[in-house]
This record gives sequence, C-alpha cells and structure tokens, in this order.
Amino acid sequence: MKITRGQVEHVAHLARLALRDEEIAEFTGQLDAILAYVDKLNELETDDVEPTAHVIPMGNVVREDAVGEGLLIEDVLANAPGRKDRFFRVPRIL
Amino acid sequence: MAYETIIGLEVHAQLKTRAKIFCGCSTEFGGPPNGHTCPVCLGMPGVLPVLNREVVNFALKTGLALNCRINPFSRFARKNYFYPDLPKGYQISQYEHPLCEEGFLNIDVDGEQKRIGITRIHMEEDAGKNVHGEPGDPYSYVDLNRTGVPLMEIVSEPDLRSPREAAAYMRKLRTIVRYLEVCDGNMEQGSLRCDANISLRRVGESALGVRTELKNMNSFKHVEKALEYEVRRQARVLNEGESIVQETRLWDVERGVTLSMRGKEEAHDYRYFPDPDLVPLQVDAAWIEEIRASLPELPDEKMQRFMTAYGLPQYDAEVLTVSRELSDYFEACNRAAEAPKSVSNWIMGDLLRECKGDDEALAHCPVKPEMLAGMIRMIEQGTISGKIAKTVFGEMLKTGKTPEVIVQEKNLVQVTDEGAIAGLVDRVIGDHPEQVAQYRDGKEKVFGFLVGQVMKASRGKANPAAVNKLLKEKL
Ligand SMILES: [Zn+2]
Repeated sequence: MKITRGQVEHVAHLARLALRDEEIAEFTGQLDAILAYVDKLNELETDDVEPTAHVIPMGNVVREDAVGEGLLIEDVLANAPGRKDRFFRVPRIL
Repeated sequence: MAYETIIGLEVHAQLKTRAKIFCGCSTEFGGPPNGHTCPVCLGMPGVLPVLNREVVNFALKTGLALNCRINPFSRFARKNYFYPDLPKGYQISQYEHPLCEEGFLNIDVDGEQKRIGITRIHMEEDAGKNVHGEPGDPYSYVDLNRTGVPLMEIVSEPDLRSPREAAAYMRKLRTIVRYLEVCDGNMEQGSLRCDANISLRRVGESALGVRTELKNMNSFKHVEKALEYEVRRQARVLNEGESIVQETRLWDVERGVTLSMRGKEEAHDYRYFPDPDLVPLQVDAAWIEEIRASLPELPDEKMQRFMTAYGLPQYDAEVLTVSRELSDYFEACNRAAEAPKSVSNWIMGDLLRECKGDDEALAHCPVKPEMLAGMIRMIEQGTISGKIAKTVFGEMLKTGKTPEVIVQEKNLVQVTDEGAIAGLVDRVIGDHPEQVAQYRDGKEKVFGFLVGQVMKASRGKANPAAVNKLLKEKL
C-alpha cells in the first residue's frame, strides 16, 4: 500500500484540517509506514477466525424507552462558542 | 426516443418512541429549543450511548410487516461528516449489517398489483435543526432537540417504473407504518421523508442509466410532481445527445423544478466504521416471534377480509382500510347497522367529504359510528328517505344530536300513507294542467318533473316509490 500526497490532502480536507506543505509530506510518510505495519496482518492465515465485532465480547446492551431529565439550558450552552437565546449560534450556513 | 423510468426510494420514518435512540431525552416535538438535550445527544466527550430497545422493536415490526429477513447479527456504524446540526461530527447509523434485508411490499396501480422489493431497513439517529436568520444575518442558529430522535431508513429496490408507482409505494408504506403505530406518517411535518433515485434507460436496454438523487419532497403530491419533472428533464437532456450528471437535486416547490445542488459540497465519502461505543445487536428467534405475535392485522389482509366478510367491492375495501381508524369506524358502524354497502357508501361519500381523509378529523367528527348506523337503519326501515337522510346527516354534523332526535324534532318521518300522498298528487295534477297534457301526449320526461313537484309539496318526506305508483295510476 502506497499512500499518496493526494490521499492525505483528501482526508485532511474531509477532517477540515488545514495542513502546511511540510506537514502533508511528513504525514504521507507516517501514514504509509503505519499502513505497511498493519499490512503485516495479511501474512497470517485468518480463514478460520471470526471477525471481531467488538473488543468486549457482549451484545444487546439496551435501555428501556423511558424519558429522563435533560440538562439545564445554561449547562447545555455553557461551552458553546456563541449563543442567542436558547440556540447555539454558528456561522451562517446556506 | 422511448425511455423506461427507473425509480428507487429511500424513506426515513421517525419512530414514535418516548425517548431518543441512545439517551433518555424526550422525542416530543416542539419543546423549547435545546430543552430536550443531555450530554449524550449533545456529543459531549466521554459519554456512552445505550440503545433504546423499543427502537429495535419498532424496526422489527416494520421488517416483518414488509416481509424482510431479520439479521440475527447487526451493528451500528459511524457515518462521518461535518454539519452544525450534527454535534458529534458523525451520525450513528447502520452500514454493513442492517437489521432487516430483502423484503417486499405490494402496491396497486390501475387495478394491477405489483411487488416492490425492499433492499434493507436500518436504524439511525436524526440530526438537529438549523434555523436561519433574516437575510443579512451572518449567523445560523442550532436547536438539537431532534438530535438522536430515532429514525428507520427503508430502502427500496429500483423496482418502481413511474412517478405514480412511487407515490403509490409511499402511500402504502405510510399506511403500514401507521397500522403498526411505529410512525405518525406526517410528511408535511417531516416524520416521513423521502429521497428518490431516478434514471432513464432506452426501452429494451438492460443496463441502468446514470441517476440523480432528488430531495426535499414533503408531500405525496410533491413526490409525484418532482419525479415527473425529473423524467421530462432527463429525457430532454438525453434527446439532445448530452449525458446525465450524477448529482443531488432539490425539488423547488415554488417554481416546480428540480435544481442541482452543485457548488454545495456533496460529501459522499462518509468513511463508515463500526461504532466502538455500541456492542453488537443479536436478535434471536424468540425475540422475532414475540414481535410477530404483536403485529396487528395489516392493510392487505384487512382489505381481503372486508371483501369476503362484508361482500364489499375491492375499491370500497381499499378506501376503508387506508387507516386503522377508518376501518374501525366502518366496523363499529356496520356492527349496529348490518348493511355493509350502505355503510360504506355513506362513509366514502358524506363522511370522508367532511373528514378529508384525515384521522384526526375523523376522531373529532360529531357523527359517531352508532349515530350513522342509527340513520342508516332508519333508511333501511323506510322511516326516512335517502334524500331526507342527507338533511339528517348535515344536522348530526352541526349539532351532534342523534338521528332519532333530529327526525323527531324536525318532523322528518317519511310519509308512506297512500291517502295523504294521493291528496298531494291530486293537487299537483290540478296545478299543472299543461305538463299533464304533455305527459298524456307521450312526453315521458315530464313525469320526473311531476314527481319532483309532489316531493316538494311533501317537503321531501313522501315515500318516492309510493309517489311514483300513485302518480302513474292517476295520470
Ligand atoms: Zn439526550
């Protein structure tokens, strides 16, 4: 697997990361090395191994359909970068 | 050039649970902005979502009603994208292992039944709502009450061949989720939403053409109109020798056209991966059987029963079973009236004209099933004429009084006494010598006029059969 500069730019864009040129070069090399390491798994015979669904071997953890208390509005908006009345305020979309 | 239309629908149905899908916040519509939120649905760091079991029950009900295979193993995945109404930066959805797959739904178009395949049904969380300020306001405002409200996405196979079939499919789906009481089916309020994939291909070809995805159609009428527009647009593009661009287009209700979303970002690169916060879901046979046992009689079965048990024509049975409320109304009314076809006629005519096919209106209609039944019994027994019954029905609507009281108060009992009717007939014959002469000269049409005069003289209360008979005799 060879990671290209274009792929790093694409993933950075999807993650809304503004990378400098030298960072793109650095991460291209790092990501390539990481994926090459993961590729080692392909050397193993895994035909008889069940894919891991979850690291904790359990299922069906569910809750009842019951309404509980929410947060107070001051707590909801406490960390918001901007607010107006009871709303979060964000740069205009649309 | 002749083209075949290929349509597949993706329908999002908001599930009527009390609490959200992964937390205990209320799903109630219209609360104060951000009043139904907690650390889980706000996407605070370090919280753990836990699946609401009722969401699975509702999706299972739908899957069984739509003849799906229920997957014994299913799990949740993160769908990653950025938007202000999505606080976590990802939506919890299902991807590789949805809860239900490979079902079908039957629709009727022009008297022909057609089977439409269901590809999959999966569960996911809804996003919040963005409120845009006045033009010129540099901000938008976010309300996260809807964030985490459970949705079920129902994806059809590309089996629909016309906008009409697509609309019929949507209607049928709405009827079913409402029968199951898992979704209120309100398209205008967004509890049932529809996206469509549509493409054209030349008749006779087997490969699918390039498709567009249509969004923003918030009523059955708009689903049909938007698809009709898109069929015409794609045919025009293809006829000009151009090719269709694969893109998302928005239905513009005001202008009646679909518009490209080009320019806006279309992040189709969602980088799904299994959500490590949620353990897999295993549905065993016992759980499935528990749900199967709780299924109500479904619209298709009920329609068949209405035809065989009550001898109703298919059209009547279809109209009456469009909602549980309406079919219950019919059955309650018929239990007392025991005249299925008359009951059906009055419901499909006068009652539905008043209630406009709206179950809310039906529930609040002053004419209760027993009242309509009482009125129909009076017609069947000859106490009132069908014509007078229209007046009685109007009065029941206005006043909520029983038909018996109305007939007595307004003195509307049908006159069947031949002596009384004969007197009126004599008077009408005496008052209209000209028409009587015309009738005797062979102008049969005048007879209807004379009957009308007698009825009028009796203020609608004379028994029409008796009037006919006496008038014939005396002429
Ligand atoms: Zn919450």
